[in-house]
Amino acid sequence: MIKKKVVKLPNEKRRSFLTNSVKASVIGAAGAAFPHIWMKQGNVFAANNEIKVGVLFSLTGGLAIIEESLHKATMMAIEEINAAGGINGMKLKAIEADPASDPATFAAKARTLVIKDKCVTVFGSYTSASRKAVLPVFEKQNNLYFYPTLYEGRECSKNVIYTGAVPNQQQDEFIPYLVEKYGKRWSLIGSNYIYPKEENNYCKILLKKLGCEVLMEEYVPLGHSEFSSVVNKFKNDKPNVIFSTVVGDSVVALHKQYRAAGLNPDNMPMCSLTTSENEVAAMGGDAAAGHLTSAPYFMVHQSAENEKFVSAYKKRWGADKVTHFVSEPAYFGVYIFKQALEKIGAGDINPTSIMEACKGQELIAPQGKIRIDPDNLHTYLWPKIGICKSNGQFDIIKKTDNWLKPLPYAAYPDQTCTEKGLVQS
Amino acid sequence: MSFFLSEIISGLSMTSILLMISLGLAIIYGTTGVINMAHGEFVMIGAYTSWILQTKFGMGLIASIIPIFLITALMGFLIERLIIRHLYNRLLDTILATWGIGVLLQQIVRLTIGSELKYLKIPTYMAESTTLFGQEVSIYRIFIFLFAVAIFFLAWFIIYRTSFGMRLRAVTQNKDMASSFGINSGMVYSSTFAFGTGVAALAGAFVAPLKSISPDMGTNYIIDAFMVVVLGGVESLIGTAASSLIIGESSSFLASFSNDTLAKALVLIMIIVILRFKPQGLFTKKIRS
Repeated sequence: MIKKKVVKLPNEKRRSFLTNSVKASVIGAAGAAFPHIWMKQGNVFAANNEIKVGVLFSLTGGLAIIEESLHKATMMAIEEINAAGGINGMKLKAIEADPASDPATFAAKARTLVIKDKCVTVFGSYTSASRKAVLPVFEKQNNLYFYPTLYEGRECSKNVIYTGAVPNQQQDEFIPYLVEKYGKRWSLIGSNYIYPKEENNYCKILLKKLGCEVLMEEYVPLGHSEFSSVVNKFKNDKPNVIFSTVVGDSVVALHKQYRAAGLNPDNMPMCSLTTSENEVAAMGGDAAAGHLTSAPYFMVHQSAENEKFVSAYKKRWGADKVTHFVSEPAYFGVYIFKQALEKIGAGDINPTSIMEACKGQELIAPQGKIRIDPDNLHTYLWPKIGICKSNGQFDIIKKTDNWLKPLPYAAYPDQTCTEKGLVQS
Repeated sequence: MSFFLSEIISGLSMTSILLMISLGLAIIYGTTGVINMAHGEFVMIGAYTSWILQTKFGMGLIASIIPIFLITALMGFLIERLIIRHLYNRLLDTILATWGIGVLLQQIVRLTIGSELKYLKIPTYMAESTTLFGQEVSIYRIFIFLFAVAIFFLAWFIIYRTSFGMRLRAVTQNKDMASSFGINSGMVYSSTFAFGTGVAALAGAFVAPLKSISPDMGTNYIIDAFMVVVLGGVESLIGTAASSLIIGESSSFLASFSNDTLAKALVLIMIIVILRFKPQGLFTKKIRS
């Protein structure tokens, strides 16, 4: 076989090079002149006439106990909005992810939701650990996170809308009321992580102003359930008020063992920020009766919106379910999102424009009228004080006359969260 | 003086809880050499069984002791027959398999019953407190202490005073030799595993009214149980009792002088130091090697 070798004459080579480069530049120019060939047409976040939002709550693992209810509240809000016709004719598409109670998984799932699934906003997190884990993702990708949980403050991110209470909202009314009603000798008990420590920090500032005495300040490991030595200390010290910031299973164990030891909540009540209808159901009315909680929302709150919310929740998820002060902010957070989108209207839908549109948004939430503070993206809330009854529900004994402005840096007077960011004075 | 007394009493309460939880593990590990990583989940299953009996059938705590023991012993028996018996002498495989069983049990409970915290009632006649040696003590904690002591003596009696116990000790020393003497070693192993499971379940049922019930409550208990068994020495009931007492009382005293977080850390350091000098635990059987 004779191998045929095609030899190109120099002119031919030059000609073919020229034609090929002209072809390439024409295609390139066409691409540059008509960018939609490379990118999706129009708004990346509102493609196919649906708006993708992420729902990032643990459905497995230790935190599923509480985060399941947040997931349910968020999904119910999304379903209600879609059933009412969506927003500006577009439906919400919920992309759920289960981070399994592990902060590292929270960060990984957040990245997937934002980058791969192209969610314009994500609703999620209960613990501060998970929020701190996902924060870098939202700040780097310039996306938006709705965080519904009460937390310790000290954050000023422009990529998060905080619908939960911060220490000044939970304590400014609560602490003076307790000092007046019960006395000035206080014992502080909390779980060993940042939330109880910051709350106790703020509490001590208020107590000092009121001339009170802190007899004990102790922290137990997370998930700890053996409180016999703590209860012994209460018996020895005889404080007027026990300020409890233990969370999760520890709340139930502490209350049960307090009750079993025969202590009396009439003169030594346990006053907490974290005991909700959930924990009360698990400890039984007997162990819960007589203790106090401060929160912006209780299930028994009388208002038209709350009746609607509670009955819809029970109808959707079961008659034995309860709503509490973390599931209610999760619920109204989605409606704030809806209002922000309605304000944007036909404009460009992206996380930054939604964040800007959220500023100053007001709506009648189940707890009352709330407002997103434009300075720090936290929420004006209505703190209430509830005392638990033996039937497992709270009696609201004190309500504020007006909503309370959120001050995430209230315990640090030389720092303020402003619209520009954190300002040191 | 009253301060010491209240700490001693709290320590005894902690001791009794630790003892009940670790007794099953000690017996299983001592006899069969199986490291049962699902032990915490058996405690959890006992608590949930008690909850089901209380809410669905209205049975009180005392009335449900026998049913809880039988139901969970049967479950342990089945697990041993189906899975564990194929893995004797393969230590790493048993650890992996029992860990997997633990995860399975946790998720089954989560999927069927749900992960909300559940409420278990202390029987009303035990819910108050009484005065003992001038200290106010919860009646329920006294009850747990007495029950733990009773279970301990029951286990001791079965192992050292019955013919079943003699067969158990024979199989523990040498399984194959015992078989060649006509002892049904397989049955002995299965019964031991069932007994250990039942005791763990009872521990869960009794401890849960003081704390709370969640699908992952077992993880905390298994850590405590292993600490007790390792410190006390394998194959020794006295060792389990002694180490429960040491850990319980020292936790109580350390917590009263500082706080619970520091107490937990110091107790662990103490165990590590003791193990450095007695790696086999405090009480070991002398074997002619």
